[in-house]
Amino acid sequence: MIKNLCQKMFGRSLWVYHANSGGCNGCDIEVLNVLTPYYDVERFGIKLVGSPRHADVMLCQGPAMRSTAAALRRAYEAMPAPKLVFAIGSCACGGGIWHDSYPVLGPVEKVVPVNYYIPGCPPRPEAIIYGVAVALGLVDKRVVPVEVRQLPLIIPRYHPDDLRGRDELVVYEKADSL
Amino acid sequence: MSILSKVKEAVICLRAGRVTLPYPAQPRPTPPNFRGRPIFDASRCIGCAGCANNCPAREILVVDLCQEVRVLQYLGRRCTYCGRCADVCPEKAITMSRDFETATDHVADLGQRLELFMSTCQRCGRCFTPPSALDQLKLKGYRFDDVAHERWVFHSTAYGRDEPVVEDVEIELD
Ligand code: SF4
Ligand code: SF4
Ligand code: SF4
Repeated sequence: MIKNLCQKMFGRSLWVYHANSGGCNGCDIEVLNVLTPYYDVERFGIKLVGSPRHADVMLCQGPAMRSTAAALRRAYEAMPAPKLVFAIGSCACGGGIWHDSYPVLGPVEKVVPVNYYIPGCPPRPEAIIYGVAVALGLVDKRVVPVEVRQLPLIIPRYHPDDLRGRDELVVYEKADSL
Repeated sequence: MSILSKVKEAVICLRAGRVTLPYPAQPRPTPPNFRGRPIFDASRCIGCAGCANNCPAREILVVDLCQEVRVLQYLGRRCTYCGRCADVCPEKAITMSRDFETATDHVADLGQRLELFMSTCQRCGRCFTPPSALDQLKLKGYRFDDVAHERWVFHSTAYGRDEPVVEDVEIELD
């Protein structure tokens, strides 16, 4: 549904606003890299704008922090609807390696609703382009949850209580059933 | 002067030709040392939880459902792709793949869940303690990590929440 909405509402041009709420700058550099002629996302109509009031998409980098959560929320509310939020980097997706430190509230989805997740620390520029292409419906997503179960290998239990002395040997009474 | 510099700029641009990568339309190979997301191999894993104890993002959660079943939950969402889990795994059950195309709209898609069968000691009926290589991984007995809140529970408890496991490993700070 989001994909349909995305294609219908956003047409061919997404204006993005780049919000760093406390990341280490690694992801910011990769996002700027995506805008260079080498990766050139302007061919998808993507343009970086300086104000959330002009933007369709917010690119979040860094975890939600105590000090920036309110500002992030205000920036989100300032964007005109319909709006999309991309969480870029492990910090924005899940809190990153800082997730349990005291100023970090956790992933940005605790503060703003996130539509697309692009994990990586930082994600490759190609990974960011891939995320944008998934959002635009140009490619299909490739990850699925994996759940594997090992086969149980039943080993009967050995009880030391069942050891019996017989002549000079000590034998296990239930050896046949082992 | 300025016209000359513009002409020079145009010549440079024309000589460079087209530099933009045709990325989503054509695949782009990764450099040889690239690390993507880790892939867990359930047929090799022995459930020692060394990866969980050494993950800097604490994102591999271990839950002992019962004596014989241990669940290893890789969340994927805060993985930094550092490769430490693959380094530390004594059975080489984790491989760092070259897979970077992991963007998704459901964060649960990134998870991997292994349900491991733990062999028990024939004598005492408990999981046996594996030999030295695993001792170095600071094996911590029974683990009940908080999967609902995606958090690691630091002190393992065998019987109650406040009671430490007998012979729990003391991590020395000095
Ligand atoms: S995901 Fe990694 S690179 Fe990006 S802001 Fe967080 S720590 Fe920095
Ligand atoms: S690659 Fe690093 S962050 Fe990711 S699960 Fe392994 S140890 Fe944890
Ligand atoms: S370190 Fe390897 S063998 Fe041990 S629990 Fe992790 S994946 Fe399994």
